[in-house]
Amino acid sequence: MADPIHQFEIHNIVTLGHIGGHEIAFTNSALYMAVVVVGIAALLVGASSSRALVPGRMQSIAELSYEFVAETIQSTAGKEGMKFFPFVFTIFMFVLFANVIGIIPYTFTVTSHIIITAALALLVFLTVIVYGFYKNGLRFFGLFVPHGIPIYILPLIVFIEILSFLSRPISHSVRLFANMLAGHITLKVFASFITLLGGFGIFGMAGAALPLALVVALFALELLVAFLQAYVFAILTCIYLNDAIHPGH
Amino acid sequence: MATDKRDGSEKGAPPDEEAALSARLQRLGERLAHHQGANRKAEADPGPRSDPSAMARGFRLSTELVAGVLVGAFIGWAIDRWLGISPWGMFVFLLLGFAAGVINVIRAAGISSRPDPKQ
Repeated sequence: MADPIHQFEIHNIVTLGHIGGHEIAFTNSALYMAVVVVGIAALLVGASSSRALVPGRMQSIAELSYEFVAETIQSTAGKEGMKFFPFVFTIFMFVLFANVIGIIPYTFTVTSHIIITAALALLVFLTVIVYGFYKNGLRFFGLFVPHGIPIYILPLIVFIEILSFLSRPISHSVRLFANMLAGHITLKVFASFITLLGGFGIFGMAGAALPLALVVALFALELLVAFLQAYVFAILTCIYLNDAIHPGH
Repeated sequence: MATDKRDGSEKGAPPDEEAALSARLQRLGERLAHHQGANRKAEADPGPRSDPSAMARGFRLSTELVAGVLVGAFIGWAIDRWLGISPWGMFVFLLLGFAAGVINVIRAAGISSRPDPKQ
């Protein structure tokens, strides 16, 4: 059976040099990140360069993605959230393209590594903390003190609220990483069943139709998950940013 | 649009039957337009938008509880190592982390996004 983990291995393409005894290399992960960025730039710059009043096919994809993210921000963080539009849009498009490109067979899925998703989640987390203190000063601590709690259990609630706040980057990063990792492993395992069963003569061939149908269905599901996870990542970014903008309950 | 369709299909069908049909179609179209207009006024946010956000909410639930427990366990472990009070930090913070995880899940499920100010 083919090794289902093999697709997540990182290998160097070009070694750029050494910093402090640590190898700095251009890896396959970096290559696919570059592919993702080039793809986004090609879509957005290329599609909107014609500036047609009646948009063509590619231009309407670019416009739809803009409107989708803008609507998501306004419905969760209000009008003030729009100053974070470039940030949220960048995250959404990066995760979406990385997920969708990763579905194509023989490609590498950038978001299936927790280091990538954790870096994105920490970026959001630190942005919320820095902007929250910049905008609200010490009133930002009001986030941890809910209204209408009796004074004798308030210290306990504040502790729990702080833990809940600290758990955000973990759930934010693990969700995306785990969904992509599990989805790709499932696909690989079911796909290897097809070749295994196919080796057992005519009955094996007939039996292999079942995992084949499953793989086709799973591919459709993975495409949905790829989009939904990008959406979840973006909408959670908006919800967390909303706490930085309006920390009062 | 409607007139185009009528002109196109008149060649095949008898004219009076066709006229009755098109009149019915037009009435139906008017009623449908009226109904949709009323619907659109009644609810600002119809079907397609609510569907992905419901699924997104479902995906959120999967990790919220685990994340709370993990953070509690990690802080408890760190405090145990730091202060040398071995099981107690883990006991307390694991339970607090569990409570935080439950709060996360309740908020993600949208039962109460924030504690009710009236309570």
